[in-house]
Amino acid sequence: MIEGILIGLQTALSFKNILMVMMGCFFGTIIGMLPGLGPMTAIALMIPITYGFEPSTGLILMAGVYYGAVFGGSTSSILINAPGVPGTVATAFDGYPMAQQGKAGKALAIAAYSSFAGGTISAIFLLFAAPSLSKVSLAFRSPDYFALMVLGLTAVSAFSSKGQFLKAMMMVILGLMLATVGQDSLSDITRFTFNNMNLTDGISFVLIVMATFAMSEALTIILKGKDPSRATEQISLSELGSISLDKDERNKMLKAIPRSSVLGFLIGVLPGAGATIASFLAYGMERNFVNEAEKQKFGKGSVHGLAAPETANNAACSGSFVPLLTLGIPGSGTTAVMLGALLGFGIQPGPRLYMTNPEIFWSVIMSMYIGMVILLILNLPLIPYIARVLATPKNFLIPLILFFSVTGIYLMSFNNFDIFLMIGIAVVATFLRLYNFPMPPLILAFVLGGLMEENLRRSLLISDGSFNFLWDRPLTAIILAFTIIIISWQAYKSFKK
Amino acid sequence: MRISTDKIISLLFFILSVFYLYQTYQIQVFSFDEHAPFNAKTFPTFLAYLGMFLSVLYVVLPERNPSIVNHKVLDYKSSLYLVIITIVYGFVILKAGFFLSTSLFLFFSYYFLGERRWIWMFILSFPLVAIFMYLLHGILDVYLRDPLLKMLGIIG
Repeated sequence: MIEGILIGLQTALSFKNILMVMMGCFFGTIIGMLPGLGPMTAIALMIPITYGFEPSTGLILMAGVYYGAVFGGSTSSILINAPGVPGTVATAFDGYPMAQQGKAGKALAIAAYSSFAGGTISAIFLLFAAPSLSKVSLAFRSPDYFALMVLGLTAVSAFSSKGQFLKAMMMVILGLMLATVGQDSLSDITRFTFNNMNLTDGISFVLIVMATFAMSEALTIILKGKDPSRATEQISLSELGSISLDKDERNKMLKAIPRSSVLGFLIGVLPGAGATIASFLAYGMERNFVNEAEKQKFGKGSVHGLAAPETANNAACSGSFVPLLTLGIPGSGTTAVMLGALLGFGIQPGPRLYMTNPEIFWSVIMSMYIGMVILLILNLPLIPYIARVLATPKNFLIPLILFFSVTGIYLMSFNNFDIFLMIGIAVVATFLRLYNFPMPPLILAFVLGGLMEENLRRSLLISDGSFNFLWDRPLTAIILAFTIIIISWQAYKSFKK
Repeated sequence: MRISTDKIISLLFFILSVFYLYQTYQIQVFSFDEHAPFNAKTFPTFLAYLGMFLSVLYVVLPERNPSIVNHKVLDYKSSLYLVIITIVYGFVILKAGFFLSTSLFLFFSYYFLGERRWIWMFILSFPLVAIFMYLLHGILDVYLRDPLLKMLGIIG
């Protein structure tokens, strides 16, 4: 492991990679700060830029963007009560009241320190958990992988759909259907191409991400532009107040950080859970830990109430890398985007990644530490300036998002069919989003579609067409049991209403 | 009885699944693969049936909280302009090249969204695209197809 850490440090500390982490954190913060644009959009917009990079550099840039976007989301939560990402909704509960009390600088500082601590502590957990889990995951066979993917898709649908489980499951099926377009990987038979040569290689992952997130997000912002319920309160960005914390505030923060880090990391590892659930659970847990007087301050600008979700959402980000790096299965929409990018580089993440490409495996982990430090030293002093991005008029912002989306597709194929396909999918996605059909399950299903079919194929061939493989191995049966529990829980919840 | 838009979307998804199933049966698999435990049709067949099952379930089950969209406050006009201008951009990018088409796309997008600060509109189109092209083509060595600039001898 020491050797791996040194390889990772050597790669991550190269001038180019440090520059990439800095750029990633900076641009991630700016994009994440803009209401509606989350880490997934931020990473998707970075994909065209990574084309010319080595895989480790590209992944380091994306990891920086990821952390930056989560931190940026906290900034807009605190300043204008408009969370840039769902994972920072809980941050607004106490962050925004603090800003209204003229303590926006303090709130932003608490968010920055908590994010740093949560991210750093969970990166240490990742350092130890990832190699051990990689060894365990070598015992996984095709039926287990298939079951795990079914569990991941079910869990993402359950957690991302806000009570609309069936809608999310339909999006999963749609994502899997889109993944079957093109040549079958084993027989080379073309499927669902309608004799169109442009579809023979299937639909590009970047195209789907750009269409369902970046472009559809831009269209949604324009579409809802006149909606008075979306009008956000602008606070004076020049009145941020001091960013230094007193002893009492520091003590409160230090109590919340360790427990929220552990909780955040564990939640992040679970497929489908991620930063949003981690932050809400940490907020609830912290409320139970504090005394009665402090409990009364929750929702009115409590330091505990701000530090806990901020720590947990960053810890969950690191945790979500565990299934991606060790099993090759992303646990969230954002890591699904990163998996797609890795596959684009010709790298298959999984249990053997840390043996076959140690420089990628370790440099990503090491760059997380560097990213955290950079996020703290770069963003904290720059907060008053970065916050001005919130004032960017949407008349300029939207065309720039569209420009990045179209360019990302154009650079891949120099073919305008892909641009038109992207526009078509984006229009449909915008319409679906209006009616609360969630997009993260679709993305995850699209990324996992090929792997899922491959593992189902192997399992069925080994069991000679019988579905016994679903319960023959205890591991497969246990994973499927969890899937059944999630489905039953969702059914119970909807009938209880 | 009024049917909610959510249910109409589910019905459309049912039709899509039926169409997908029909297309699945059109897949020509090799004769030796026809009766294999798994062939190119197997996975899509599962998906089609699952899609039909889920959409029927959504239509049949009572709806607890249907999505409510107030169409009166939605800005369809600007969205439509943007979609049209992006389609036009898609058509001209191969002919006019990246620089000119992208700069004009940005400039007109700002205009259609109601922007009239001409200096900013110019700075955030032509010079911005030039910087972006320099970053990608000049520094990162990412190939950018631009027949116009190539003809003018600006890029190699």
